Amino acid sequence: MPIYQIVVHALCLLALPPFFFGIIVKLKAAFAGRVGAPLFQLYFDLIKLMRKGVALSTTTTWLFRAGPVVALVTTVMAGFMVPLGYQRAPLAFVGDMVLFAYLFGLGRFFTLLAALDTGSSFEGMGSAREATFACLAEPALFLGLVVLAKCTASLSLSTMLTSAPSETWRGLSAPLLLAVVSLFVVVLAENSRIPVDDPNTHLELTMIHEVMVLDHSGPPFAMILYGASVKLFVLGVIVVRTALPFRTGSIWGNWSLFMLAMIAYAVVIGVVESTMARLRLRRVTNLLIAACLLSGFGIILLAR
Amino acid sequence: MNILLALAAVVLTGVSGFVAAAAGFRTRRGDWVFACMMVLGSACGLVAAFRSMTSIGTSVLSQPWSIPGGPFQVRLDALAGMFLAQIFLIGVAGTVYALGYWPAHKHPQTVGKLRIFYGLMVSGMALLVMAENSVLFLFSWEIMAIAAFFAVTTDDHLPAVRESGFVYLVATRTGTLLIIAMFAVLRAATGSFSLAITGLSATSSLGTGVFILGLLGFGMKAGLMPLHVWLPGAHANAPTHVSALMSGVLIKMGIYGLIRLGSFFDKIPIWWGLVLFGLGSVSAVLGVAFAIGQHDLKRLLAYHSVENIGIIVMGLGLALLGRATGHASLIALGLAGALLHTWNHGLFKALLFFSAGSVIRATQTREIDALGGLLRKLPWTSIAFLIGAVAICGLPPLNGFISELFVYIGMLRAGSQDLGPVGVVATLGVPVLASVGALAVACFVKVFGVVFLGESRSTHGHMAKESPWSMLAPMALLAACCAAIGAMPLLVVPILERATMNWKAEPQQLGLHTLLPLATISWLNVTLILAVVLVAILLSIAAPSARTARVPTWDCGYSSPSPRMQYTASSFAEGLVGMFGSALRPRIHTPTLTQPLPTSSRFESHVPEVVLDLFIMPVFRWLGRVATWARFIQPGSPHLYVTYILATLVVMLFIWH
Repeated sequence: MPIYQIVVHALCLLALPPFFFGIIVKLKAAFAGRVGAPLFQLYFDLIKLMRKGVALSTTTTWLFRAGPVVALVTTVMAGFMVPLGYQRAPLAFVGDMVLFAYLFGLGRFFTLLAALDTGSSFEGMGSAREATFACLAEPALFLGLVVLAKCTASLSLSTMLTSAPSETWRGLSAPLLLAVVSLFVVVLAENSRIPVDDPNTHLELTMIHEVMVLDHSGPPFAMILYGASVKLFVLGVIVVRTALPFRTGSIWGNWSLFMLAMIAYAVVIGVVESTMARLRLRRVTNLLIAACLLSGFGIILLAR
Repeated sequence: MNILLALAAVVLTGVSGFVAAAAGFRTRRGDWVFACMMVLGSACGLVAAFRSMTSIGTSVLSQPWSIPGGPFQVRLDALAGMFLAQIFLIGVAGTVYALGYWPAHKHPQTVGKLRIFYGLMVSGMALLVMAENSVLFLFSWEIMAIAAFFAVTTDDHLPAVRESGFVYLVATRTGTLLIIAMFAVLRAATGSFSLAITGLSATSSLGTGVFILGLLGFGMKAGLMPLHVWLPGAHANAPTHVSALMSGVLIKMGIYGLIRLGSFFDKIPIWWGLVLFGLGSVSAVLGVAFAIGQHDLKRLLAYHSVENIGIIVMGLGLALLGRATGHASLIALGLAGALLHTWNHGLFKALLFFSAGSVIRATQTREIDALGGLLRKLPWTSIAFLIGAVAICGLPPLNGFISELFVYIGMLRAGSQDLGPVGVVATLGVPVLASVGALAVACFVKVFGVVFLGESRSTHGHMAKESPWSMLAPMALLAACCAAIGAMPLLVVPILERATMNWKAEPQQLGLHTLLPLATISWLNVTLILAVVLVAILLSIAAPSARTARVPTWDCGYSSPSPRMQYTASSFAEGLVGMFGSALRPRIHTPTLTQPLPTSSRFESHVPEVVLDLFIMPVFRWLGRVATWARFIQPGSPHLYVTYILATLVVMLFIWH
């Protein structure tokens, strides 16, 4: 793979994600009849946080500081495995889908431990919920990826998401549609969006992700916010690629199509967040099981 | 030469406990003599194992002896070498660990006995994997099983220890009975006691009988759900280095038996593979689900053995499916995954037990909810436990990820090939393994978070001190092995390929590195570690400690939180235990509040051993009631029992002729 493609991939992966966050916030504000924060607000927030000092709880140990580092590194590394703009990803090999999912698992492991390191029962509550829902989100993610793998006869994300998509959709639209819905639910759950979790609420008892990071501040907190936006972007690429498999003849056409599709993805999330209420915690389980079942039926359809 | 070295190791480890007893039954000198002999014996054994793993051929030693059932015949190939290596590695690690954990001056009553049976366990297992004759196999199987019983019941003044020792004894006797029956059927099918069998017909009724009996007998030893009933109690109540040896190695003898069993047959029916794959999936999911509900640190680790045995058996089932359908890639990936996970589980489970033992030594309790904040008191133990936890969850960059990746790719390949419903079943193993991984993460976040992080929940551990070097050095060794296999999986690939060849010589052997991009994974794992270190350094530059304020944890407005208000293991697990409630059947005692101003009350939740308490014990109690009439033949006099043996032998002489 030519070096410029790797550079382009890295730049997109590292620079774009906070922008899509901005779109969601702006859209939600528009729904509520407000002007909303600027599109680039998250960039400003990150710069502000990087300049600040850190307040560390006296209970915490080195693990508390390791949590954001591992979470960010694993997310960015996973980002190098998804293809952006119809070019293969810099990291593409047989079985990269397993490493992709497990990198997020490693990030989650350290985020959960960092939350427990504070000794706060609120953060314990958040990490218990996150761990519980992950047990259903993880198989749902794998099931969705398995449907994709079977449709494209490949075990590498790059091939799965770039191989002749329009032909794939013609014959296999039903299982792919099921997989798209299921993967979208996984994306909402993994990124702590409504209807699973509310990124804006300030009530500790109802939150999952936000309550786990209550005690972080300054540059480590900037890493957490930035990592969350990268995660939303990376998982979004998978959904977008599966849902909108069109491509034009030229590189520029492909890239603009990709960007438009990603903006549409942010808009859809914004619309979902504005029009739906957060589910009760016990209902989240049902939603995730439904996501698993949808992809499960997709596999059965493919086995005919 | 190789085989003589291995036999020397068997003898040295077997007699080490007796020599130590002669040198000083209750003294420190005995400890040192035992450790030296075990190190010497294990060194011989490891050299023999290494040489057999790196050479292609099989070496056989056959010597006539007076015991009936054929000559004394032992064999060493790469497959047996893989098992020998972990027996001696974990065996010797446990011996060094015991120098600090079970020293003679602290346990003068039990140390001599424990040394004898520990040495016999190692020796019996080593002889077992070399046995090429079913009589010798059973002989070493019994040495291992009975020595393990006495090692488990070391603290036999405690009722809980006696009870779990008894359950283990019943289970292992039942297993042995099934294996004897299996060998009898095998003898009927082949006409000899030799185990050098190939090309047996699997579709005949004898073949089916051998498979079912072997699955039950070996599955009982391996701890496959629902035959695992003995495992949690025995692992929890044994001295920790014995738990590590049992959980890391002894239960793998069941896996070894199943693997050898598969190599006897020619054409495997599909249902064998499906049965193993299904049982493996059930063990994996329910094993980790039960683990999440436990409050006892060692019991929790024991249930994780059930989970990991499940993953190993899933791989083995996949390999059998590959043989049934003629897909060489499934055989290679399934068996290599199973074998590598056998190694990996031995390494990280022994590491976890050792660090758990270090916690128990420092705090005198196994109760997770009584602990907390130990990371500051036991820094090295905590790091060892953390490495073990990341490895057992199958997370990169450590070894657990590599072996799980083998199984994942095997299942995904089975799905992409034209296998019909078998392919669908294999594909559905993917989400099963994914949820097992996520459940394991939940479980180990719970354990590590509650035991090592936060504040101490009770007075246990206020005086905790880090363990001595003799306990930390074995942990460092095992952690280094975990990291090495994670970072350099290509080193073990030739060993795995040779072992696969020993299992089933395929006409066209598929190289594992053509099926999996292990070189890429290898440098990605190293990159991951380096990237984390780099970002951590950058962060410490961006947020120097000069600009760091130490403040109390954000209390959400409540002004005086106490350590008792921290999330406990039970509260962390509550959601998942509820999700699996129909299988786990948790017992929850909720206080009922009656008065307007309620007095103090308690909440308790407890996950029992469901199979044992709800199915097996009622059956045994009923059997006990029914069989009371036969009690007169058991008056408790040894002379009478020996007379029975004599009478039985006389009757059997008639059957013989």
